[in-house]
Parts: sequence; structure tokens; C-alpha cells
Amino acid sequence: MAASDTPKSVLLSPVFKNNPIALQVLGICSALAVTNSMSVSLVMGIAVIVVTAFSNLFVSLLRHHIPSSIRIIVQMTIIASLVIVVDQVLKAYAYEMSKQLSVFVGLIITNCIVMGRAEGYAMQNGPVMSFLDGVGNGLGYAVILLFVGFVRELLGSGSVFGLTILPAVQNGGWYVPNGLMLLPPSAFFVIGLLIWILRSFNPDQVEKTEYRIVANSKTKIKETA
Amino acid sequence: MASSNNSIKKTLGVALALCIVCSVIVSTAAVALRPTQQLNQELDRKSNILQVAGLFEPGIDVNQVFKDKITSRVINLDTGEYTEELDPETFNQFDASKDPATSRTLSGEDPAGLIRQEKFSTVYLVGDPEDPNEIILPIRGQGLWGLMRGFLALKGDGNTILGLSYYDHAETPGLGGEVDNPRWKAQWEGKKIYDYSDSEMQPEIRLVKGGADSQYEADALSGATLTSRGVTNMLQFWLGEAGFAEYLARFHDNTQGDA
Repeated sequence: MAASDTPKSVLLSPVFKNNPIALQVLGICSALAVTNSMSVSLVMGIAVIVVTAFSNLFVSLLRHHIPSSIRIIVQMTIIASLVIVVDQVLKAYAYEMSKQLSVFVGLIITNCIVMGRAEGYAMQNGPVMSFLDGVGNGLGYAVILLFVGFVRELLGSGSVFGLTILPAVQNGGWYVPNGLMLLPPSAFFVIGLLIWILRSFNPDQVEKTEYRIVANSKTKIKETA
Repeated sequence: MASSNNSIKKTLGVALALCIVCSVIVSTAAVALRPTQQLNQELDRKSNILQVAGLFEPGIDVNQVFKDKITSRVINLDTGEYTEELDPETFNQFDASKDPATSRTLSGEDPAGLIRQEKFSTVYLVGDPEDPNEIILPIRGQGLWGLMRGFLALKGDGNTILGLSYYDHAETPGLGGEVDNPRWKAQWEGKKIYDYSDSEMQPEIRLVKGGADSQYEADALSGATLTSRGVTNMLQFWLGEAGFAEYLARFHDNTQGDA
């Protein structure tokens, strides 16, 4: 994979072909929590792009000096520092948004995508490519978040980016909002359906079955007893 | 190279250098951005007060309008009198409720689920502080998922509600979260708190299911029984003996005197 990497492929392949959420199923937790409206998803997506890009950059710059015994701790420290800075900046310049995102900005630290890219890519590749890889993976995350946010906000509150598309009954319209869509579990359904759609178009994304379910053998035991 | 990287000296050196660099970056960000963040929180609180007072319009200079139209005073909740001991600019009610010197434990009588209640509270007055047009009271209490914090705006008679709005809550979106819905909030205007005919200072205001039909009742939120109960409880608590009842009584007496 490393041999055929071009800046363009590094940047774009995580968005559709090798999406961190849809294919690798990483970073699901925050995708459930922050996608009940599109504006929140957008800010969260941007925050993750910034963090993955810069953590990849710094890890890659330091990769020849990181002792392998403490490499995970070093990566975590870099990621955590970046996340705190992002959180502070959001609180200072996008206060409303940071109130809505609350703890989830801090939880970017535990987002598997960031850590995964730092360990899996930035430790072996140069700073520029690592930075692009971080931006690409962040974008892949943001795209899914925006899609899930679009579905949930439209069906759950009848709006997109806060603009009313389907006037809800609470506000005198006709659309009965689907309350489930505003709750985190609905993101499971939306992401699940999305993965299904993506894999129907790209059959090579479907994993091989690891085992086959055999017919139930319990009934036989019952008969003998 | 790999072996030199893994030597104890190098490992400790890298760890130490990284810690120092990262802590400098993090603390610089925190210190440099703190004034802006505090300004934001302050602005947020003030615009919430202006909103519940009906003075908020998009694009206004929140600080200026707040300064011009609103007087903050601190009252003693026991006596209902204004106190000069505390500066309303710096007095923080939430901190006060945690400090044993300025608060008391609520044992038994704690419908709002606060555990501790402060002895002093800030109130915001619109117009002449001696004979205000509007009185804005901070209230808070447990909803379904957590503490709900908001402001209640009253007319100058201390009995007629102008509006109720929450600026911080964690209720279920679409159900309890509808406390933010402008249509639900609109029904509060004109509701009465106390029934003075029975001389008791017990607030009558409550949320009811299936249609409010008196001036002391407001419609509960559909599908959010526990949030509605929380709202009723906190109104009953903050407008009762332990809350602002003593303080609000003076406005009632004022208006009686005029008549």
C-alpha cells in the first residue's frame, strides 16, 4: 500500500474507499453522540480533521526519536495536548457550539481514528504525507458524520442546519418528528444502513465470513432424552 | 539508531522533553484564551437574562443593553431583604451553594433535588430598582437527566409570570428538551403564581396534563412526565418559603398600598 501512495490517493481514499467509519468501523462512539444536528456534526468533523492532521504531522516529525517502548504514550500525549488546545479555542471563539459539543470534544482523545492513524501511518511515513493522511481520514469521518447528521436532523427535527424543511407539529406544521432519530441509538441504524449501501456498491469491501453457522444440534439431544 | 532510541537515557529524555513542550503549549492556550472564554460565559448569561426579559433582539450590544436596562441586586433568601454585603457583579450563586458558609443543607424538604441551597441569591430588575417593571429570578432543579438551570421573569407585581426559560439542561431532545420550544414557552405569559385570597404564601403555579384551565396552571410537556414534574417542583420550591416568597411579598404589599 505504501508503494502506490500519491498525495491525492492518501487524501481521498479514506473518504470513500477506505472510510474509517464505514469500512474500519472506528470512532463510532462519537458518531453516535454528536450527530443529532448538522451544525454540531460539522464542527465536530472539523475538530477531528484538525486533530488527526496535526497529531499525524507531529508524530511523523518525531518518529525517528520516539523510543518504541513508550511510543503509544508519546502519541497519546501529543493527541491529548492538541485536543485540549482545540477545546480551549472552541470555548473562546465558538462558545455556543462548544456548549452543545460539551464533553465530546475532549473525547476526541479516545477516538480510535486519531490513534490508529498515528500508530499505523505516521510512524512509518514522512510529515507531509502523514499530514495529508490525517486530513483525509478526518474528512472521511466528517463526511459520515454529516450524512448521519443530515438524516437524523431531517427526520428527527424536520430541519437541516437549523433551517426548517419539514414543519414539525410542535411548531404548528404537519410533520410528526421521529423522536428516535434524536436519540443516540438511531445513529447505529443510519450508520448500519450506510455501510450496507456502500458495500453493495463496492462488493470488495465485504469481509469474508469467519465461520459458518451450522444447523441447530440441540433438538437432537432433546429427542434422545 | 533503533538501539540508541531505546536506551533508558533517550527514553527518559524524550518523555521529559515531550511533557515540558506539551504542558507549555496547553497552559499557554488555556491562559491566553481564558479572558475570551470568560467574556463568552458572561455574555451568554447576560443574553439569557435579556431573552427571558423580552429585551433581546438579534444584533444588539448585549453588554450595553444589559448595563442600561438591568440592575442586579443580591438578596438574602431568609429575610427577603436586599443585602449590601455581597457585590452582585462578583457574587456567584453556584459557588455559594457549595460553600458551607453561604449555604445550608436541605434535608427532607428538597423537592427540586438541590441537596444544598445558598442563603443569598442574585435577582435582576428591569426599570426602576425600587419599583421594577420586571423581576428576573434564577431558578434551578433536577429534571429527568440532570440539573436544569434557568430564569423566571415576573411582572413588577411579583405575581404575574412573563416568561420561563432554561439555558442549561440535559433533557431528552424532542421530549423534555421541548422546554426550549418557543411555543411551549409562550404559554407562561400572564400565569399567576400566588393566590392571595387564601393569605398563604404557597405558590399555586404548576404544570398539568391534558389542558391547563386556570391561571395557575400551564400545559405539561407531552411525553415528558418527569421533566414536567421537575419544572413544577423547582417552581414550587423557588417560589415557596425556602425561595423567593419573602422577597416577592414586598412587591405584592407595594401594589396593595397603591390601590
